[in-house]
Amino acid sequence: MLVFALLLAAAVPAAPPYAMPGEAAVAPYQAKDSNAEARPYTGDFMARAFHGRAGIARVAGDLVDRAYADPVIGEIFKGHDKVRPTRTLFEQFCYIIGAGCTYSGRDMIASHKDLGVQQADMNRLVELLQRAMRDEKVPFAAQNRLLARLAPMRGHVVQK
Amino acid sequence: MDFTRSCGVAGALLLAATLASPASAGEPRGGGKLLLTNGISTIEGSAGGGLTPWAVIAGNATKDGVGVQSGITVAALRSYDFRSLDLAIGAWDRIELSYAHQRFDTNKVGGKLGLGNNYKFDQDIWGAKLRLAGDAVYGPALLPAVAVGAQYKKSLSGAIVHAIGARHSGGTDVYASATKLFLARSILVDTTARLTKANQTGLLGFGGDRGGGYTLQAESSVAWQLSRRFAIGAEYRTKPDRLSIAHESDWADLFAVLAIGRHLTATVAYADLGAIATEKGQRGLLLQLQGSF
Repeated sequence: MLVFALLLAAAVPAAPPYAMPGEAAVAPYQAKDSNAEARPYTGDFMARAFHGRAGIARVAGDLVDRAYADPVIGEIFKGHDKVRPTRTLFEQFCYIIGAGCTYSGRDMIASHKDLGVQQADMNRLVELLQRAMRDEKVPFAAQNRLLARLAPMRGHVVQK
Repeated sequence: MDFTRSCGVAGALLLAATLASPASAGEPRGGGKLLLTNGISTIEGSAGGGLTPWAVIAGNATKDGVGVQSGITVAALRSYDFRSLDLAIGAWDRIELSYAHQRFDTNKVGGKLGLGNNYKFDQDIWGAKLRLAGDAVYGPALLPAVAVGAQYKKSLSGAIVHAIGARHSGGTDVYASATKLFLARSILVDTTARLTKANQTGLLGFGGDRGGGYTLQAESSVAWQLSRRFAIGAEYRTKPDRLSIAHESDWADLFAVLAIGRHLTATVAYADLGAIATEKGQRGLLLQLQGSF
């Protein structure tokens, strides 16, 4: 019986990343690591600084919570699903940090389209990420190393 | 009296900022820069390190707004005291207009030089800066923010600076700066090239018996960011040496800067300004409090 259940589970293809159960569906796209738009760190220095995948998950979850509740940028996310960005942000950070994840989210243009993000909003998000990393006790130099890989995305995030 | 005058200038600049309208569509938005990324106020009023301008725009506003910053700087050197008061407006993270008033108190050296004890050299500096390209924090890691600027300086001690051999009591510096925060190393680097005729930033006039034309000078700042609010660093600034009676040295400093809050930044520096107006070894402490919006 158990074997049968396992076989059945294996036979059912996993949901595509644009239609994950429990998440708001988005237009179909092809998932690939290059959508993360950053070169991952090699070695385990960064993963250790972030306390592994568990620490990265705490940072990503904390950041999304703070961003959605924030008086400055919370409005941007009003009415948006919180489950999907929590997962994709975790995957993106985890991939960039080199903690052994693949990124299944959309690229930065597609994922920020129509959000109307201004430069001040992106700076605010950076501050909230810094707070989340500080609370996770990620050393400041490692915090900046993650930001170093995120900073070049600005042109795809902030509206012209 | 000079500071009253400075306040008048501040008012005029603020009025100009109020009348200015944003280049891009949409509601202008104040604030929003990351901490410390507006630099501190240089002693010549432009945003930058303490001694050299950076390719960053004064004030807390981003490309969607207009911001201001203002600083007061005091330095106590071995023989002299210096203070400057500045105000700068930064518009759309693109254009910066600045004003600074410098006062250089000769203390007892003034008497020795026949100027009278506590003789003070005063100077006004009007600055404009345009960020041409790039960003100090965002964008490609190897593309720095690049800016050009000019500083029109007018000594208010014209007769004296002529008497000590300067050719002019006013002059214009032109500079180009490249600035980048290398996040992967938490290190900010600025390099500035300046064309100038100024003796001791212009406090001792412009040009001298050793030449009157423009000289090319190099300036650099390096800062190491230790936390979101705190950085330490060093600066170096080469200077012309045009007055044979008053040898002039390159300047250097070590500094620590703390963003006390979003609107208040404090800087302390140990500066070595070398020889100034016949007196060697002018080292001392420089303090600055800067407010920004």
